[in-house]
Amino acid sequence: MKGLAPIVGTMALVGTVPLITSSNVVLNFLVMVFLIALVGQGWNLLGGYGGQYSFGHAAFFGTGAYVTAVLQMHYGVNAWLSFGIGIVGGAVVGSAIGALSFRSGLKGSYFALVTLAFAEVLRIAASVAPITGAGVGTLIRLDLRPEAFQFQSRAPFYWIALGLVGASLILIRAIEHSRFGAYLVAVRENEDAAEALGVDPAAVKLGAMTISAAITAAAGCFYAQYFLFIDAGIAYGPWISIEALLAPLVGGIGTVFGPLLGALAVRTLGELGRLMAGDAPGLDLVIYGCVLILVVAVAPRGIVGVLSGLRGHALSHKAALPTPLERDNG
Amino acid sequence: MTGAVYALVALGLTLIYGVLHIINFAHGALLTAAMFAALFAYQLWGFDPYVAAIFLTPLFFLLGYGLQRFIIGPAAHGEDRNILLVTLGLAVVIENALLYAFRADTRTINLPHAFDVIEVGTTFLAVPRVIAFTVVFAVALGLWVILQRTDTGRAIRAVAKEKLGAELSGIDVAHIYAVTFGLGTACLAIAACLLIPTYYVSPHVGDAFVLIAFTVVVLGGMGSVPGALIGGLFIGVVESLSGFYLGESLGQISVFVMFILLLLFRPAGLFGAGT
Repeated sequence: MKGLAPIVGTMALVGTVPLITSSNVVLNFLVMVFLIALVGQGWNLLGGYGGQYSFGHAAFFGTGAYVTAVLQMHYGVNAWLSFGIGIVGGAVVGSAIGALSFRSGLKGSYFALVTLAFAEVLRIAASVAPITGAGVGTLIRLDLRPEAFQFQSRAPFYWIALGLVGASLILIRAIEHSRFGAYLVAVRENEDAAEALGVDPAAVKLGAMTISAAITAAAGCFYAQYFLFIDAGIAYGPWISIEALLAPLVGGIGTVFGPLLGALAVRTLGELGRLMAGDAPGLDLVIYGCVLILVVAVAPRGIVGVLSGLRGHALSHKAALPTPLERDNG
Repeated sequence: MTGAVYALVALGLTLIYGVLHIINFAHGALLTAAMFAALFAYQLWGFDPYVAAIFLTPLFFLLGYGLQRFIIGPAAHGEDRNILLVTLGLAVVIENALLYAFRADTRTINLPHAFDVIEVGTTFLAVPRVIAFTVVFAVALGLWVILQRTDTGRAIRAVAKEKLGAELSGIDVAHIYAVTFGLGTACLAIAACLLIPTYYVSPHVGDAFVLIAFTVVVLGGMGSVPGALIGGLFIGVVESLSGFYLGESLGQISVFVMFILLLLFRPAGLFGAGT
């Protein structure tokens, strides 16, 4: 597949980090970067390629995290299996919300609002329902065996997170070059025109939202397994919805590598802020908010846009838009 | 009384939506900021919140004006999606700056007259509620007069209807946008001063109000002033009833669920002109 080489190359290069250093600080930091990159990649498919801005991706992250944790703790399901079911659970929630909102024709700010409201409903529900541990949260029992998806050192977690990011990169790359991807971009650029050419916008958006939710849910499952603790505020809180859209926006929306670059930049900024001002609550989010406004104001195409601007190339997704459509329908 | 304050918060939101056609995600954070301002006006200088409203309202008008004119407008490049993101970014900045400065503590003030009651026939009414109710209706009336009877009001309505046409007739659209945003923010300052005698303040207090305000706005129809008033009162009643029967957390859920159902099945609202 075209464009596979840079992904595999990046993955192989980044994969050597645990061999060079065993510093938990470095590995922890990079694992968080991968986690946010994964959450952001989910958002990127729907928001970047599909043009549907969700403000409630926490709904999928949280569902993945809770399904993983609750299945293990209350039903004794194997951790790896729970992980898989968690991803499916997120996808189910995504397609349910998507089916409801796209069928009603919600778009733009209405769509952003309804996703936000769904995430809030789930957050409140999780903070009162007994099965999620209500306000106390859910703890996954410490069980340091690979069968239980828990490891003595950080390195295996690091490779798993990296593997998930790599898989998401390949998936997005494949979608970008598929007929479905072309439909999705067509819907983003002009929904009416796409419909007139025979694309079913509701079905295309629903598909994107389901895959998007699955990717973000995978990050949630990983979070639960990595930190072994979640509560309603972590799983369904607004912070993750913000990180989800910030990473691709900073990196460059509608690009394969955008979320990963963005997650790295955003997390680095957050850490720098923490170093300079101490571990004060809220400060990292103040920085994120400023970055968000600045990016929208100054570099709306993110890091990828700036880089390709420097190299004098036009953004590939803008140029690539008309050809597949003409070929398929014209 | 919460219904009346919801109506006021929603009034600001609906005004901004009606003219700028954007959803202002920073609305809740600005309300929180106004509540902190009212709190400190009382604690540091001893201003009664009802007195503080007199100078906080113009102050927040200027703040809103400045935000739209110098941050949201230029940063958004005129694209709706960008405005969504910029107001979201503003909300995150304001809320967390407050969190950073004042921590997550919940603060309240004790006013001597906060628990006064007056007797009307056979029922007792709490004074702050009566005041809130009266003020909200006065503000709504005042806004209506501004929109209907002044030149600025006419310009605002012109921009809301036909932006390009208004610009061609010599109206400074950027200025009118900022004035509208300022008016919406000024409503929040008043709402904050009405809330503070009986409510608490914390950096996230605005969140609870803003989602309810969104519900009110959608219920009443985006951009409709009477819709915001009736919607606000209606949601206030629904919330207290469901809070009474279902407990506080589930009562909150019922408002969100109603909001989602409303968006899905009747996005134009009860009084909306259609989307």
